[in-house]
Amino acid sequence: MIAAVISLGGIGLAAAVALGVAAKKFAVEVDPREAAILEVLSGANCGACGLPGCSAYAKAVVEEGVPANLCSPGGQATIEAIAAIMGVAAEAMVPQVAVVRCQGDNRKAKNKFHYLGLQDCNAAQRIADGPKTCPGGCLGLGSCERVCPFGAIEMTADGIAVISRDKCTGCKKCVAACPRNVIAMTPRPATVHVLCNSHDKGAVVRKYCEVGCIGCQICKKTAPGAYLIEDFLARVVYEQEQDAAPGIEKCPTKCIRDFALGYPEGSSFKAAESRPEPEHAA
Amino acid sequence: MQLKTFPGGLHPPDNKQWSAHKPIEDCPLPEELVVPLGQHIGAPAVPCVAVGDLVKRGQVIGEAKGFVSVPVHAPTSGEVIAVEDRPHPMGRDLPAVVIRADGEDAWGDLLAPLDIAIAGIDELRQRILSCGIVGMGGATFPAHVKLSPPDEKPIDTLILNGVECEPFLTADHRLMLEESDRILSGIAVLQKILGVRQTFIGIEANKPDAIERLSRACADLPVEVIPLEVKYPQGAEKQLILACVGREVPSGGLPMDVGVVVQNVGTCAAIADAVLRGIPLIERIATISGPALVEAKNLRVRIGTPLRKLVEVCGGTRVEPAKIIMGGPMMGMTQLSLEVPAIRGTSGLLLFTADQVSTRPEGPCIRCGRCVRACPAHILPTTIAAYARLDLFEEAEAYNALDCIECGCCTYSCPAALPLVQSIRYAKNAILAKRRKV
Ligand code: SF4
Ligand code: SF4
Ligand code: SF4
Ligand code: SF4
Repeated sequence: MIAAVISLGGIGLAAAVALGVAAKKFAVEVDPREAAILEVLSGANCGACGLPGCSAYAKAVVEEGVPANLCSPGGQATIEAIAAIMGVAAEAMVPQVAVVRCQGDNRKAKNKFHYLGLQDCNAAQRIADGPKTCPGGCLGLGSCERVCPFGAIEMTADGIAVISRDKCTGCKKCVAACPRNVIAMTPRPATVHVLCNSHDKGAVVRKYCEVGCIGCQICKKTAPGAYLIEDFLARVVYEQEQDAAPGIEKCPTKCIRDFALGYPEGSSFKAAESRPEPEHAA
Repeated sequence: MQLKTFPGGLHPPDNKQWSAHKPIEDCPLPEELVVPLGQHIGAPAVPCVAVGDLVKRGQVIGEAKGFVSVPVHAPTSGEVIAVEDRPHPMGRDLPAVVIRADGEDAWGDLLAPLDIAIAGIDELRQRILSCGIVGMGGATFPAHVKLSPPDEKPIDTLILNGVECEPFLTADHRLMLEESDRILSGIAVLQKILGVRQTFIGIEANKPDAIERLSRACADLPVEVIPLEVKYPQGAEKQLILACVGREVPSGGLPMDVGVVVQNVGTCAAIADAVLRGIPLIERIATISGPALVEAKNLRVRIGTPLRKLVEVCGGTRVEPAKIIMGGPMMGMTQLSLEVPAIRGTSGLLLFTADQVSTRPEGPCIRCGRCVRACPAHILPTTIAAYARLDLFEEAEAYNALDCIECGCCTYSCPAALPLVQSIRYAKNAILAKRRKV
């Protein structure tokens, strides 16, 4: 008994001394600023900054002078905190929010075939370019939903992804996960968006989707400067977004939506009561 | 006697009775043929005709691009009315040459017949390339590539694949019964090119008439017919080699690594036509079958014939088909419509009714191990599929996902209806894409 206590205790003591010496001798110098930055980052390890996790970003800011405004989940407060730690001027970042540019759910848009396989958008896309007839439409199998670290994406019962503007931090993970490039990052102040991702001609779009952009130019004529049409697909010119509202009513297929007034059909997300003040737009 | 086979696999109902006894019939020429430029593994052919050109049967209409590629020929005589993207059995629109048949079906100038005794090996190989010969079991890998093993990989064995283990299909069976002389001539060509020591023909034991017929024909030749146990996927290259000569192709390896070349019997017959008669690959035998069809048949089909035509020739459909598969039910490709053409890999066309399409929702894996027992590649389908779902491709690779031959045994045997092979395929694609990048 005593022998056991002494020998085990002895081993423990020796190991403790060795560890103590090693910790002193091989200590890694950590820049205190790095630790400080890590403190103010969001800790989501989402990768929005383009680096593998928050600590990698903190290190890169200190050691490689990577800009201080890359943490979108953290927002302006984090930028200012990092800038203060590093002693540089805070550069403003227009916060981004992700938008699913499609409203063609299973009731409104046609499918080429009935897909029964793996319930994953990337896997489905590999089979004859995906079950949805529209080459750009949301497949509704939720690959984006599964990668969002903030739980900001929901799938409607009819199979379309919808992103909550309150929960989305702009980390871009969903953009990378979507095989059809349906999700776009947009400046947060802009709430009016064209929710279509098909570059097909109007006559073709009409055949497979009730709510697709047909490239008719009416929005552009109604609200000059606020819309741009490329390859039969309208886009909001986000710098002029404040003028875009009149186009919404006039759109014959109702594919333009003001998220300040409501989310797409079937979504459980609630919109803000009114259009928010364009605080960041300046 | 214990028949030769491989470990693993399973035995789905073979359903060959519908067409096994039907002699090969010529499918009448359609008015319009859509000949895709990509019908093989490798780079698609480059079109060398333009709209308005008059072409003859057998004339080159697309030239091979690179080593792993083959030319494409006009299946009949007529006028080129379009060179554009058309629906392809792969499920998307791909470049094709559209020919309006003139009904004369007149041959163009064919390459001169070669005498095997005189012709050089390179000449024979070149001929196989010029005639656009690809693996006709369904994989459509250019034949000349398989027949050009590098010097450090000596080949001593040739195996002819007459297994036809896919349910429903009987095209190779009929070919072996009715046109065994074409196969034998093809074997002579292959033996000359490869200089092999031994040649086998592997046939599943459910085709006793074909086994007997070929055994008799080969009695005086250095060719041995091997009856094999009836088991899917007995016709898969690696499993066939293991069964016939007991050699196991290493993980990530090719048959040539164990000194073997495998060719399908249909490919072999096409090689005979190419070398001895100068005829390019413009037609093939396909089994048209399935419960939604009025009458099952084995048809000799010109490449480019719309599938709708094949169905018409078989008396049309009894009920609206709920699922259309090109090839066999285990590994074939589901078709979106009958408006796509038959291509070189079209070994069959199967029409199924709604009650035969499984719409069972998938459940969780119950860890029964049936997929593991069925897998002829001896990998762990359920583990790899689970990694694939989490996008953990390195782990999937470590579990030898790339050894999967995509036979579908795992999915077939899974009581939880998990899409195992699809998940594994997904992982394989991701792994290969990453390898290409680095
Ligand atoms: S947005 Fe893209 S990833 Fe998300 S459900 Fe639609 S297709 Fe899938
Ligand atoms: S919705 Fe997209 S961008 Fe927004 S937090 Fe989720 S994954 Fe990131
Ligand atoms: S894992 Fe691949 S080789 Fe094994 S049974 Fe499934 S499909 Fe066949
Ligand atoms: S067969 Fe299906 S349920 Fe059984 S172990 Fe494999 S994946 Fe799981």
